Amino acid sequence: MKARVTVMLKTGVLDVQGEAVRRALGTLGFEGVEAVRQGKVIELDLAATDKTAAEAEVAAMCEKLLANTVIEKYSVEIA
Amino acid sequence: MKAAVVTFPGSNCDRDLAVAFEKAGAEVVRVWHKDSALPQGVDIVGVPGGFSFGDYLRCGAIAAQSPIAAAIQAHASRGGYVIGICNGFQVLTEMRLLPGALMRNAGLKFICKPVELVVATTESDYTAGYAKGQRISVPVAHHDGNYTVDAETLARLQGEDRVAFRYGDNPNGSMGDIAGILSENRRVLGMMPHPERVVDPAHGGADGAVLFASLVGKMALA
Repeated sequence: MKARVTVMLKTGVLDVQGEAVRRALGTLGFEGVEAVRQGKVIELDLAATDKTAAEAEVAAMCEKLLANTVIEKYSVEIA
Repeated sequence: MKAAVVTFPGSNCDRDLAVAFEKAGAEVVRVWHKDSALPQGVDIVGVPGGFSFGDYLRCGAIAAQSPIAAAIQAHASRGGYVIGICNGFQVLTEMRLLPGALMRNAGLKFICKPVELVVATTESDYTAGYAKGQRISVPVAHHDGNYTVDAETLARLQGEDRVAFRYGDNPNGSMGDIAGILSENRRVLGMMPHPERVVDPAHGGADGAVLFASLVGKMALA
């Protein structure tokens, strides 16, 4: 079973890297990019076969290590 | 007074921190990240600067889950002292020993230079040797020192006089110009600047020596 975790900065937390990317896109001539938010994607290969249990376990991983919930939010997709 | 200085893979200020403690009169023991207990009789744990675990995932995130981190957490919850400097500050926030997080510098650049700090409180064993409002020069060397915290916690930190140091001229975008903060019991200090790099005039300054001398002096009295 595979899990895909997306970690993004919470709404309202200033993303200085995303803002730099937005400005660079403008410099390259890509107009109309109003905002850029940068995050990370983490892919996990799991031995688990039960989707619900896997979801709960990956959520626990996010809370403990994969995301810093002070500034970041996460979402989990299991496939 | 006994200080334990932790080394993670990628720590690079551990020796400097040990020397700063020794110079102030402390006995220093070195601790490895895989150790699951602190040596007997440790009064303060020093979490040094560097790039623990290569800053993988997030600065300090993996170090915060190491075996020694659990021992540091237990030490702090018993009322023990902990100082985290630079990457050490990042580790302490990742451990939730201190609130907030250190994000990428607002200017996106690694900053390595002496900065002016304002001593924001003298109500701690770390800062008691300074005068309130005193301006000192301490170097910073970080890429992720942009202190970020929610508005409610920021107000609480300020209301409870828990900001230890502020930047004279904010180099990294930190909220409230915060360079260092204290825990609720004022025994855990996290700061981005490196006081251990200015403990001898030969370093180009000795403003950091006051912090270590104050700490060792206060503990000798306790």
